Amino acid sequence: MLRFIVRRLLQLIPILLGLSILLFAWLRALPGGPAQAALGERATPEAIARYNELFGLDEPLIVQYLRFLGRAVRLDFGTSARTGRPVTTEFLERMPGTIELTIFAMIFAIGVGIPLGYLAARKHGSWLDSASVIGSLLGVAIPVFFLAYLLRLVFAVELGWLPGSGRQDVRIDATRITNFYVLDGLLTREWDAAWDAVLHLILPAIALGTIPLAIIVRITRASVLDVVNEDYVRTANAKGLATSTVRRRHIIRNALLPVSTTIGLQTGLLLSGAVLTESVFSFGGVGSALYDAIFARDFAVLQGFILMLAVVYVLVNLLVDISYGLLDPRVRVR
Amino acid sequence: MSSVPGGPAGAPVLEVDDLAVTFARRGEQATRAVDGVSFAVGASETVGLVGESGCGKSVTSLAIMGLLPRRGVTVSGSVRLEGQELIGASDSRLRTLRGAHMAMVFQDPLSSLNPTVQIGTQVTEVLLEHRDMSKSEAATEAADLLDRVGIPDPSRRLKEYPHQLSGGMRQRALIAMALACSPRLLIADEPTTALDVTIQAQILELLRELVVDTGTALVMITHDLGVVAGLCDRVHVMYSGKIIETADRHELFARPRQPYTGGLLASVPRLDAGRGTPLTPIRGSARDAIPWAEGCAFAPRCDNAQDDCLTEVSGSVVPLEYDGPGRELRCRHPLEHPPAPSGATAAGAAR
Repeated sequence: MLRFIVRRLLQLIPILLGLSILLFAWLRALPGGPAQAALGERATPEAIARYNELFGLDEPLIVQYLRFLGRAVRLDFGTSARTGRPVTTEFLERMPGTIELTIFAMIFAIGVGIPLGYLAARKHGSWLDSASVIGSLLGVAIPVFFLAYLLRLVFAVELGWLPGSGRQDVRIDATRITNFYVLDGLLTREWDAAWDAVLHLILPAIALGTIPLAIIVRITRASVLDVVNEDYVRTANAKGLATSTVRRRHIIRNALLPVSTTIGLQTGLLLSGAVLTESVFSFGGVGSALYDAIFARDFAVLQGFILMLAVVYVLVNLLVDISYGLLDPRVRVR
Repeated sequence: MSSVPGGPAGAPVLEVDDLAVTFARRGEQATRAVDGVSFAVGASETVGLVGESGCGKSVTSLAIMGLLPRRGVTVSGSVRLEGQELIGASDSRLRTLRGAHMAMVFQDPLSSLNPTVQIGTQVTEVLLEHRDMSKSEAATEAADLLDRVGIPDPSRRLKEYPHQLSGGMRQRALIAMALACSPRLLIADEPTTALDVTIQAQILELLRELVVDTGTALVMITHDLGVVAGLCDRVHVMYSGKIIETADRHELFARPRQPYTGGLLASVPRLDAGRGTPLTPIRGSARDAIPWAEGCAFAPRCDNAQDDCLTEVSGSVVPLEYDGPGRELRCRHPLEHPPAPSGATAAGAAR
């Protein structure tokens, strides 16, 4: 087990090295460049040259890359050209927001998706089944930014039921401990702050959770349809077990195996930044930070954030693989 | 031993009367998989249902257990377990009987066990469902059961998962689950097909011992005449959803009357046949069967078939008729066995 984890962690090194080279080359190939973005369209060539010299952007690319690499191994990704603050600090401030958003989105997707997929399978061929299939197709097909705007327009702007931007009302003077606003509110017993953070999470979580929801519904449905025809379900019925026992122990438990893989992969995806959703709701997570950094040609932030997100993604997948062994004894790693 | 239904122990444990199962799908013609099947099994008795794939033997067993899906399936006739009617009984009533009064052992032990649940849980869940037991009592009982079916080191095996057991072990575990509540009726649906030959013999031996020890009525569903020869007291040969011949095991092997039964026996490879002797198959396949309403379903493949087998002369299905003591036969032109007095000459037909 330990060897498995260590091997997977060692695999991170070539992944990150390759990714950093690609990132570096790709960012430098972007039109414009940081000086242009920072100084505006009418900046003089002299000003641009001065800016480049100041930030070391006039040196050969290979020198820039090696210098970047040398600092990156010490988790120093430089300072943001836009805010002037260390990239690592910004990341650690922003990531909790994205984690909170991902957790809420996945709670929504799992909480609605698994029961719906199960019901659709058990009522195979009914209107509920057809509706869930069509609905999940729509859920995957509708662009996230469209859905996000629609939700914001209807529930935040028109009806005013829920807040439509930010992570917390700016008038609330909440104490920060972990930067997980909901958790902070609970830790400091500032219940109103926690509750306000929860309200701010609802609309973005629904927008972000729609695609995972649709995928979970489809996989659960297909998986339950498979499992109810398995011989061991027939055996369970032949033993005269109560319907609830057959359902819980013999159908749902096995049907959730493929679903758990999907949940893990989707969680990894959402954690690596919901750029569209976060920017629509001005949600201060890593996604909106990436969005801002791209427009500012903020190389340091882009490089640092994307590399750290890659680490998060690989770690989440490692967790998924480990948890799969807990669920299915056949793949348990020794 | 008498071959009359319900012979030695009074009332039979299982009585199946005119059982019919029809599968219907929207827009398709309905298929009658089981058509007027009747038989009975007494305590301590082993009855074989024999036939090739698709003859309706497995559907018969699932219909008895009430395990057929409700949608698109019509079951008619009568199935009585210790006198209680099962056809039309409520789902909850059937659930209290299944596992407790009647149990079933399936064909493929690996796929018939839940891969993600420990063997122990899969045994104790039957006990906890049907018998008034605490969890620890059930665990002790489960270890006893595994021990009884010949699984060594039962307390360790209880904590293992199906993939950690060998094929024979898994089938023994399934038999242990079936026996957990000492059912009066045990149905074994090709329990040895997925196992290799030495293990097959062990499992059959185990089943035979259990019938002797517990007095359970055993219905053995098989296409393997070797299994029949080793285990069954009485045999019903099925073809295309109907029983076409019923006889005592010894009688059936010595003097098969239905040409189909004769063909099945002739097709078994023999060790005493010379090297290179070709097997004797039944020509055609089960798909060549014609509907019973149009004559004898086996007629297209039968060497004895004559004109009146294919055209329905009397306007009714070929009947299953008395064919000497303990024997029944559905055939207009059966095989004759001149040396032994059987068939028309009634005197001393069966010993």
